[in-house]
Amino acid sequence: MKVEQKPVLPPRGTVVLEARGIVKRYGHVVALGGADLELVAGEVLAIVGDNGAGKSTLIKVLCGAVVPDEGQVLLDGAPVHFRNPLDARKRGIETVYQDLAVAPALDIATNLFLGRELRRRGPVGSWFRLLDKNRMRREAQREMDELKFHLPSIDSAVEKLSGGQRQGVAVARAAIFARRLVIMDEPTAALGVRESGQVLNLIRSIRDRGLPVILISHDMPHVFEVADRIQIMRLGRRAALTTPQRHTMSEVVAIMTGAARGDEQTSPQ
Amino acid sequence: MKDNQMRIVTKTPVMSYDNAGDAGNRDKRAGSLRPTSERGRWRSCRRIAIALLATVAAATIFAAVSTVANAAGDEILIGLVTKTEVNPFFVKMRQAATAEAEKQGAKLIARFGKFDGDNEGQVAAVEDLISAGVKGILITPSNSTGVLGVIKKARDKGILVIALDTATDPADAVDATLATDNFEAGVLQGQYARKALGDKTPKLAMLDGTPGGTVDVLRHDGFLKGFGLKEGDPAIVGKQITHGAQDQGQTGMENLLTAHPDINVVYTVNEPAAEGAYAAIKARGKSNDVVLTSIDGGRLGVQYVNAGKIAATVMQFPKIMAARGVDYVVDYAKTGKKPSGFINTGASLITDKPFSDLPSKDTKWGLENCWG
Amino acid sequence: MRLQSTGDGVSADQTPRRTADNARTGIMRQVLLKPTVGPLIVLLLFCTVFSLATHTFLAAGNLSLVVQQSVIVGTLAIGQTMIILTAGVDLANGGIAVLGTIVAGRLVAEQQNPALLSLLFALILCTGFGMTAGLLVSRLMLPPFIVTLGLLGIITAITRLVAHGGAFPVTDDLLAWPGNAIAVGDTSITYGMLIMFGLYLLVWYLLTQTAWGRHVYAIGNNREAARLVGIPVQSRLLSVYTFAGFLYGIGSWLALGRIPNADPNALQNANLDSITAGVIGGTSLFGGRGSLWGTLIGTLIVAVLRNGLTLTGIDPLWQDLVTGILVIGAVALDQVSKGKQR
Repeated sequence: MKVEQKPVLPPRGTVVLEARGIVKRYGHVVALGGADLELVAGEVLAIVGDNGAGKSTLIKVLCGAVVPDEGQVLLDGAPVHFRNPLDARKRGIETVYQDLAVAPALDIATNLFLGRELRRRGPVGSWFRLLDKNRMRREAQREMDELKFHLPSIDSAVEKLSGGQRQGVAVARAAIFARRLVIMDEPTAALGVRESGQVLNLIRSIRDRGLPVILISHDMPHVFEVADRIQIMRLGRRAALTTPQRHTMSEVVAIMTGAARGDEQTSPQ
Repeated sequence: MKDNQMRIVTKTPVMSYDNAGDAGNRDKRAGSLRPTSERGRWRSCRRIAIALLATVAAATIFAAVSTVANAAGDEILIGLVTKTEVNPFFVKMRQAATAEAEKQGAKLIARFGKFDGDNEGQVAAVEDLISAGVKGILITPSNSTGVLGVIKKARDKGILVIALDTATDPADAVDATLATDNFEAGVLQGQYARKALGDKTPKLAMLDGTPGGTVDVLRHDGFLKGFGLKEGDPAIVGKQITHGAQDQGQTGMENLLTAHPDINVVYTVNEPAAEGAYAAIKARGKSNDVVLTSIDGGRLGVQYVNAGKIAATVMQFPKIMAARGVDYVVDYAKTGKKPSGFINTGASLITDKPFSDLPSKDTKWGLENCWG
Repeated sequence: MRLQSTGDGVSADQTPRRTADNARTGIMRQVLLKPTVGPLIVLLLFCTVFSLATHTFLAAGNLSLVVQQSVIVGTLAIGQTMIILTAGVDLANGGIAVLGTIVAGRLVAEQQNPALLSLLFALILCTGFGMTAGLLVSRLMLPPFIVTLGLLGIITAITRLVAHGGAFPVTDDLLAWPGNAIAVGDTSITYGMLIMFGLYLLVWYLLTQTAWGRHVYAIGNNREAARLVGIPVQSRLLSVYTFAGFLYGIGSWLALGRIPNADPNALQNANLDSITAGVIGGTSLFGGRGSLWGTLIGTLIVAVLRNGLTLTGIDPLWQDLVTGILVIGAVALDQVSKGKQR
């Protein structure tokens, strides 16, 4: 998984990731009862829903943390079977977890490359396993600059950063290594207004680079600010598919809670 | 198309997307937005400052104390390394050595191991003492072979090394050994026990210390000689191991009394074991029927004799060991004369029921001269 | 407040300068780790104080002596530091090393086995015990404190069994080799010291210049994060404990070199001493933070303190007192600087 690889850019309008009829039961509880999803190239898709609507479970299926009982997941049109998160990662799907999964005492560059460290080329790297710290720092800095995300120094420890900056590091890590798409679980949940703005910026940068983003969020204003399409989940199924232009926030909330009916709009723009 | 949508959405004025600008500096909650190198420097500066402060304080104390300590640059330095600082035997030794050194105008540096058997602690202490430039080292070896290497280093540098209380193995690894003749002490104990028993047929119980211990073996054998029995004689009705501890002395005695209720004389390796044995004997109501003897001569031991719990004990003189050792070192420093061989610091029978043909001292004398 | 348009927070000139700045980093900068500065200052200050207090401190051979006295605990502390970095602790390191000395000594002294084989056997045994601890910690998820505590009891019993008796001298040339010294002017450097330094260099390299080392730090700092990014946590933990066991085996060889006497009573406090050295040197018991060189400095601080107190004739109780203060001070400093970063 070399950083030099650019993400593959499928033509506009093509479906990158698709889920059909996903069913997942936990004992008698049906977490997902035939859920669908399409992620189109170049978009930010927000998944919203009340607690228990199934959005977390659907995400876990997509990133490989959960294996569904029924249904299919297709990546670029071809069926895939993820048995663990590593499988999904190997196919180019990166996930930003709600608790970030960063090592606070270590610096930003180290965290970005954690688990996928770069070694010096040649025998020094393979025999002596010497890390190429300069290259990692350069790549990390370049990535941050490309994402237009600014940090005091690439060498500072993650724990010294604000919440938003830390989130940014986790997001950047996904951005560096994702080749197909990025999944984000509640990226602005613990952040203040200013920091949320920074993260939403990052999301847009990622999308603009050609990586579509799936986003779970409870925060309606953020969803409306950054999403291209919104998928509303209810009772383990997709209740509606809409965009920030077609519905207002309160209408979306109404669909979420079942107070209003959503019309299933399946075709992406 | 998409971009248009994005721009429309992002017109809320609250959003400011600069991270590195001045606005950031005002936001304390966001933490560090100054360049980290500066903050890092600040952090390490503070660390250094605190470290400096702490050690300056310590340094002042050290300097003050040591200028006093090193006032007389050419006084004779003597090293003492005892087994531990928890056994009163060794504490008294140290105190006696310190007092004698003061009297002689020398300086004693006393170190000790962390526990009985702490060889490395003693080795390191001897090494440091060599560096300190001592003229002589007095040592009670925790391990009779473990200190040989470092003792040789000391002697090679012309330092006099004297073993106190416990010999090294081999004994001539040191210049001289100052100790109790434990065999002789055992003999005294045995002689008294025989006399105290009188005409009765002996039924002897032996409460030994640690199997294989030099001191333990000597005392045991000495007792038998003084008592007039050979090893294996049927008059020896039983033996138990106590490791010189009170609780094991008690258990051992109980077991022996159960097996042989007619025991009438008991040998114990030291006074804690004897105290335990006494408890067992008293519990059986046999305190008048059993002659209980011991060795060591600590204050507690002499008090047992005084109270009638033990018929007699044989006193050692660790304070003499220590003081005599200091004297030898001072003598060596001044004249180059070395002591040699085994120097017996003596053993004295302590009892309140003496026999005319067996020299002994009473407990009054005992309490005045005991260690501890 | 500057309002800038979406996604354009960059001022164009900052980027190239920052990149240039970062490009100038090198080994030098990595070596001057900030956490080590504090302990180093303390060490230098102690040395200064003692050399002022008595001329014997800096005398020929004394400094070498201090380092020699640090060799065994210093080597054990390497393994301990690695384990502490993973948020674990090892209470059995002294016990494992002692068992190594007894086994090697017994094999050579009593049964006349070739020294090299005996030493290798002892090394394998120690590594095996390390691996046992590692398996229990990594596969069964048992707390390291308890695992190593229990292991210590078992090892102590085995040691007494194998030693059956007390200490015994071990006079083999190969086993005593680390005690041999090279004369350098007035002073001497033992092979044991060289081996210890070599091990410090090796493990420093592994911890700071390889991915394995970064994984070790990450596991100690946030184990869940390490798992989520794909670090093979179980495998790393096992390797840490196993390697530590190997280091303890080397420690047993160095112990025989320094004092050619196999003593079941030895190194009873080595576990706490190695933890003390690590903590004074800046390693955090919570894991994920610390520098190996700090541990070396911590070991030297304790040795210098003891040596200096003897040379100046000061009561040894000061040693425990000052060591205790240093430990608390080190932990407090660590917490304070961590807290400020929030």
